[in-house]
Amino acid sequence: MTGNADSPVTLSRLDPPTPDLASNGRTKTLLLGYCFRDGTRLFVRQAETPEFEDIMAANTMADEPTRRDILVVATGVMGVGGAGLAAWPLIDQMNPDATTLAAASAEADIANIAEGQVVTVKWRGKPIFISHRTPKEIEAARAVPLSELRDPATDESRVQKPEWLVVIGICTHLGCVPLKNDGPYEGGYFCPCHGSVYDASGRIRYGPAPYNLALPPYKFASDTKITIG
Amino acid sequence: MSGNSTYVPKSRVAKWFESRLPVGGLIHSSFVVFPNPRNLNYWWTFGGILSFMLASQIVTGVVLAMHYTPQSGLAFASIEHIMRDVNYGWLLRYAHANGASMFFLALYIHMFRGMYYGSSKSPREVLWLLGVIIFLLAIVTAFTGYVLPWGQMSFWGATVITSLFSAIPLVGDSITTWLWGGYAVDNATLNRFFALHYLLPFMIAGVVVLHIWALHVHGSNNPAGIEKQTAKDTLPFHPYFTVKDGFALVCFLVFFAWFVFYVPNYLYDADNYIEANPLQTPVHIVPEWYYLPFYAILRSIPSKLGGTAAMFAAVIIIAFLPWLDSSKVKSAAYRPLYKVFFWLFVACTVLLGYMGSQPPEGGYVIAARFLTIYYFLYFLVILPLLGRYEKPMPVPPSICDAVLGKQSQAAAADASSR
Repeated sequence: MTGNADSPVTLSRLDPPTPDLASNGRTKTLLLGYCFRDGTRLFVRQAETPEFEDIMAANTMADEPTRRDILVVATGVMGVGGAGLAAWPLIDQMNPDATTLAAASAEADIANIAEGQVVTVKWRGKPIFISHRTPKEIEAARAVPLSELRDPATDESRVQKPEWLVVIGICTHLGCVPLKNDGPYEGGYFCPCHGSVYDASGRIRYGPAPYNLALPPYKFASDTKITIG
Repeated sequence: MSGNSTYVPKSRVAKWFESRLPVGGLIHSSFVVFPNPRNLNYWWTFGGILSFMLASQIVTGVVLAMHYTPQSGLAFASIEHIMRDVNYGWLLRYAHANGASMFFLALYIHMFRGMYYGSSKSPREVLWLLGVIIFLLAIVTAFTGYVLPWGQMSFWGATVITSLFSAIPLVGDSITTWLWGGYAVDNATLNRFFALHYLLPFMIAGVVVLHIWALHVHGSNNPAGIEKQTAKDTLPFHPYFTVKDGFALVCFLVFFAWFVFYVPNYLYDADNYIEANPLQTPVHIVPEWYYLPFYAILRSIPSKLGGTAAMFAAVIIIAFLPWLDSSKVKSAAYRPLYKVFFWLFVACTVLLGYMGSQPPEGGYVIAARFLTIYYFLYFLVILPLLGRYEKPMPVPPSICDAVLGKQSQAAAADASSR
């Protein structure tokens, strides 16, 4: 405050103001001393706008939760919870949508599939191999001891009728479509991408793939029709 | 992006603007008077080349997006529409497709330069990490971009790479389905890849700003691998390095233009001119050349999880380079043994790339296994041990001495030969 000679009450402040130690530490009061031109002195007790440090000190000193603490915690909980809830739709929108889920089943007519032939039908955008196996292939697939298999499964557990093998035609390594009736096993499958070899039961025999060709859910609607899905 | 700006705006408009947003001073201090080590060689011009290529990719990409249709039934035809009907569409697409290759070429040179001269070491570790983040973003960007033409390689490349995540135990299949938005790569996948391919380059640009910021805190490393100390060690960015960067950029663009105009499909797979067919896999799936070393590592390990883990590890391990290389001396110029192992490492990555381009059979797989072992040995064993056991050559006391010392030696040799 600069002194002004024309002001009716020109004051010079007595510095420094003395903090009132009796204050409670939250709303600080100052004892201000003023000296008038005629020499009279006036002392005023004045509430001061709290400094940042004082607020912080008051907050840390308070031994009970204050109203502000409750606001901070409540806002934080709502903020984190809200962010989590808001994130989920943003993540889940990438999962398969209703039209994709609705395209659930496919029908295949197997009357014209000759013995030894494998046909491909499409289900959920994936190729399904339907193989009409020969007795020789069935016999070879059933003769393999389980101990030789990477992903042990009996041929019986992989078919509903011995002459019909229905598998998802996607290599369990990285998703390529294996070649049918290819590779070292008769009636087997060979993946050209990274060299996985499957037998006539669609079981992984060697190469990088970890699992047998997967089995789709299917049933025989009649002797000549299969419903997949 | 640092230093005390000596920039004084001249015109009244510039003064008015500068006092409100001092961007002129920022540019002036960062790219005009910024003191660069005076001994930078042409290997240091690839940062500028990369900045240009990023801008070029964004410009051609935004324009291509005006004509492209990200819908599985229409995407393939819209690419041919761009090639045949859109004015200069052929040029824009070839510049964009080959531009990606040029970006990676410059990026790999930039990274190898950093490794050779020890640029990742203290105090530039964060700079290096930001560079690795740019590399990762560039990998994802190029991959999502390659899917967009919806050819056979696009489709099966997308299938193979997204299936990598199915190797993760327990949640792998859910993650893959989530990435696809279905039970196979399909229209939903194409849509999201297009959205990401448009987004990521701008994220790269953001990290590039941080990269340059971090670079300008301590300034460029240099062929001597010692810090600049006095003004005698440096030259101002302009005109000395604007000219050098500019000249290198023009030479690089000549090379780029040769690809665009003379062999635009040399780096492209012919199978990608066949429309995507979800029921038939091409006989031989090969990624673009810049992924081949990592692809070779993936295939060299006869286990799905192991191969996938090794491939990701091969990329991530680069981030740890500043802490794996234990030598106090930065530049390979003063590290006789490191130099040998470094060039073996370069040869190793190039050979891995070759193995990745070959069918996964017989000798190729065996060779790729040995190369994979050297790749990891280099980072995990050779670099940590070399710093301890190698005896480096004497390092000059300053950049100025490194430059002038060489000159006086050359002068002496010149005089004696006369």
